[in-house]
Amino acid sequence: MSKFKFNKKYKAIVIGGSAGSFQGIVKILSNLPEHFPIPIIMCLHRLKHVRNGFVEALSIKSIAEVTEPHDKESIKKGKVYLAPANYHLSIELGHYFSLSTEEMINNSRPAIDITLGTSAYVYRDKLIGILLSGANRDGGLGMKWIKDRGGLTIVQEPSECMIDTMPKAAMGYTNIDHVLKIDQIVQFLKELDKQYIK
Amino acid sequence: MKDIDIADLRRITELIKTKHSYDFTNYAMSSFKRRIVRILELYNLTVDSLIVKLSQPKFLEEFLNEITVNVTEMFRDPSFWRVLRDDIIPAILLNHQKIRIWHAGCSSGEEVFSMAILLKEMDILHNVQVIATDLDTNILERAKSGAYNLKNMDLNEKNYIRFQGTGSLKDYYQEVNGKAVMDKSLVMDVSFRKHDLVKGGIFNKFDLVLCRNVMIYFNQALQNEVLKKFHESLFKYGYLAIGSKESLIWCDIANKFIVVNNEEKIYKKIKD
Ligand SMILES: C[S@@+](CC[C@H](N)C(=O)[O-])C[C@H]1O[C@@H](n2cnc3c(N)ncnc32)[C@H](O)[C@@H]1O
Repeated sequence: MSKFKFNKKYKAIVIGGSAGSFQGIVKILSNLPEHFPIPIIMCLHRLKHVRNGFVEALSIKSIAEVTEPHDKESIKKGKVYLAPANYHLSIELGHYFSLSTEEMINNSRPAIDITLGTSAYVYRDKLIGILLSGANRDGGLGMKWIKDRGGLTIVQEPSECMIDTMPKAAMGYTNIDHVLKIDQIVQFLKELDKQYIK
Repeated sequence: MKDIDIADLRRITELIKTKHSYDFTNYAMSSFKRRIVRILELYNLTVDSLIVKLSQPKFLEEFLNEITVNVTEMFRDPSFWRVLRDDIIPAILLNHQKIRIWHAGCSSGEEVFSMAILLKEMDILHNVQVIATDLDTNILERAKSGAYNLKNMDLNEKNYIRFQGTGSLKDYYQEVNGKAVMDKSLVMDVSFRKHDLVKGGIFNKFDLVLCRNVMIYFNQALQNEVLKKFHESLFKYGYLAIGSKESLIWCDIANKFIVVNNEEKIYKKIKD
């Protein structure tokens, strides 16, 4: 029946995306099962100096409310978080966020590698990492760190990506578990949802 | 990127704490770890050799310069600066002729120059006493010199335009040898000092304290400690401004402040 096998309970999902990922993100968020059982943390490249608008644009389409976390805010299930403009977003061991303004990485702040890497450190094998369309290599290493710590890795099918540099970078760094189209990612999340007793 | 474990981080912070008068124990873990890894790579050191080097006072100063994150901009969050100009400063002026402002964690001074320009455009620059502090002595020197890379001025200029200043940012600097050299008269009365928010005491009372994008490098316990110091350093009905993605609501001291502007994270002390 299902092509996905779930052999454990995951505790969080991190999603990275850049150029060409907006439509995909919207599709994922608008098809998310209600009361999704685990937090979704998104790090998307965005205009550095536009503080407002993006989170609202995503929220309108999303089933769950999308928020930009404050520094030291606790991570809660059922919520969708978006890295704020011009800050790196890290996950800390006590399951809360912290922000920083360190140098850009791969010309990006927020840098996907930082969010993915710190998530992998905290959630280890209980993490699912998803990397979508994008025009640079940011996130590639982050996916490797997730895989190295036993997490599950998914990239958007390169042929479906507007720009496939990002998922391809990840595929170069590590053995990605699933290469999926957005529709399949939506399906994956629906099946994942069924694993949790509500 | 190398990885180092928590035990190694503890060894480093313990050593600094016992040998020197600094305490990084309560810095936020993930960014502190990245800074340490960066230093190891920069100086090509192992954790053990870093620990040996850290006993030398001369290296410690360099270490302090590298461990801190100094990224900053002029008029960062232009809407914040508009609120300062249009609401906060006028409100302070209703009660005080002379205003005292503290920039805690001023980094290379862009925030201080932004404030000076704002005050000058309000024609009150000389009614204001400004103290600007940072832990990092190197960066304080840079703040005092007020010379910035020209390539940063693009962004600063854009922010200034969004701030809707009365002139052009170019009115306040000159290009000298590929640097933007700020008009020194802007910060003539500013006192730049080294001060450690973790170990340092209270040294004055202020009408307005700005501590933006500094406490994000601290864990919550340390944020609480530092916020107590800010509370003590403010006159009653004085204002505290923190970074746009920071919050006071979880802090011990939250009930002694009210929110004046939630979007820009400006608070007012209402209880001693
Ligand atoms: C990212 S900069 C913030 C600059 C400016 N306030 C802004 O918002 O753009 C952070 C500054 O905090 C300083 N800092 C870090 N720890 C400190 C401490 N314990 N005491 C004083 N300053 C500290 C760093 O040296 C750095 O210059």
